[in-house]
Amino acid sequence: MKLSERARNTPPSGIRRFFELAEEMDDVISLGVGEPDFSAPWKARAAAIHSLERGRTSYTTNRGMLELREAIAGHVPRYDLDYDPETEILVTTGASEAVDLALRALVDPGDAVAVQSPAYISYGPGVRFSGGEPLPVSTRPENDFVMTYDDLERAGAADAEVLMICYPNNPTGATASAGDLAEIAEFAREHDLTVLADEIYAGLTYEGDHTSIATLPGMRERTIVFNGFSKAYAMTGLRLGYALGPSEAIDAMNRIHQYTMLSAPTTAQYAALEALEACDDDVAEMRTQYDRRRRFVISRFHDMGLDCFEATGAFYAFPEAPYDDEQFAEDLLHSEGVAVVPGRVFGEEGYGHLRVSYATGMADLKEAMTRMERFLDERRDET
Amino acid sequence: MADKLELLDLLLEDARESTDTIARQLGCDESEVESMIAELEDEGAVLGYQPVVDWSRVETDHVTAEVELNLELDRETKYGDVASRITKFDEVTALRLVSGDYDFDVTVEGDSMRDVSMFVSEQIAPIPEVTQTVTHFVMNTYKNRGLEFTDSDDDDRLSISP
Repeated sequence: MKLSERARNTPPSGIRRFFELAEEMDDVISLGVGEPDFSAPWKARAAAIHSLERGRTSYTTNRGMLELREAIAGHVPRYDLDYDPETEILVTTGASEAVDLALRALVDPGDAVAVQSPAYISYGPGVRFSGGEPLPVSTRPENDFVMTYDDLERAGAADAEVLMICYPNNPTGATASAGDLAEIAEFAREHDLTVLADEIYAGLTYEGDHTSIATLPGMRERTIVFNGFSKAYAMTGLRLGYALGPSEAIDAMNRIHQYTMLSAPTTAQYAALEALEACDDDVAEMRTQYDRRRRFVISRFHDMGLDCFEATGAFYAFPEAPYDDEQFAEDLLHSEGVAVVPGRVFGEEGYGHLRVSYATGMADLKEAMTRMERFLDERRDET
Repeated sequence: MADKLELLDLLLEDARESTDTIARQLGCDESEVESMIAELEDEGAVLGYQPVVDWSRVETDHVTAEVELNLELDRETKYGDVASRITKFDEVTALRLVSGDYDFDVTVEGDSMRDVSMFVSEQIAPIPEVTQTVTHFVMNTYKNRGLEFTDSDDDDRLSISP
């Protein structure tokens, strides 16, 4: 079969190799997982079951059930966001579909798309699938991985059409304050960039409140915000997300969505509706648990002598590897059975770092930290 | 300064957790955790630390019954007076005054149904204020103290995901 150039030119994900290495071994404690260890709140699961029992298994309207869009419109004011459920909200199959639709709706062949780095592994390939050219914007450890005006300038982002950002960030756990975002917003306004803001981890912010770049002056009309239920509501497998944006952008995305996905999964839409209406306490409880683990892991890293900045969002810590990140991750896996993801998988600035997910129960986290400490001690004794 | 409610929350989850780990999770010093625990104990807010046991997995005979009691009080006798007589029995592991159809909700534990029945009929029923007892033997426990009595679910997530 002749495969398309697009398919042939898409490299396998760097995460794949590590996944295969980890799968071959027994008794691995994995800190390489980019999803919650909790299950979706029981009330949301019960709503999904109930909807199935009542036979609600048909398509919904393309944009998603109006009731759900209304619930989303009622949810986002906690981030000072205000969107019309009729025209400015699109329910998608995971936030991933929303990102893909936005890129396809905004990018023409050859357009440069500035993409935060390090970041979630799908943005770069997503840009290429839409015909665009990804332009990495490196964020730096000395700024706790917050994107600055200089970072954008240095990357040549002035020539880009679109800027893709993600705070709270996967893989670094960095968050951006209103002041931090103001620099990015200023650059976007000056150079007429459309901003795609992946805020899937907004509900998992541990210090202060999450700020959306769309709330800054002059930004609402040039921003599309992505969020969803995978992370904060622990609903990854239900595949439900949404996009918020000006009506012409949402309309354009929906035109592609109606031919490709038709509508987001109906069962998941019922679960999501219940999640928004009844599961704030569950989210708060999960956030408390993550926050405790976060403090535990980072304080353990400091005691082990690993440099690790104070990550304040998502469920990742991003310590510096004592030597080559990929080699370190492999050595740690083979000698102690602890899986972490080498930072380079997430982009150039990730080199020399490790993504450590603390979406794992305390018992496993404690054991993993003990093993890591032993591994580091043994290494030090050797040298 | 970490607060006591958060500390209690952690102890309720696992009272055997080391003070070192608790301190790291709360973002404070170990000594602070120790002094907060001492305060909670001194104030009588924390009365003890006990395991949650699934007796069906322990090779021993163990029977639990929930007993409803109705009382008739006189001018000189209060609920507390009767309660203080009942709580003295080792067989009684919990006693609560409740609203509704009956007054006291008593948990009685023993080695056999016969032991528990005998205890209720010979020690509880004869108390002058007790007018009625209804004994419910526990046949199975599915959840207790917030813990589900099932085999724990395996983590079915991929070992590495983006």
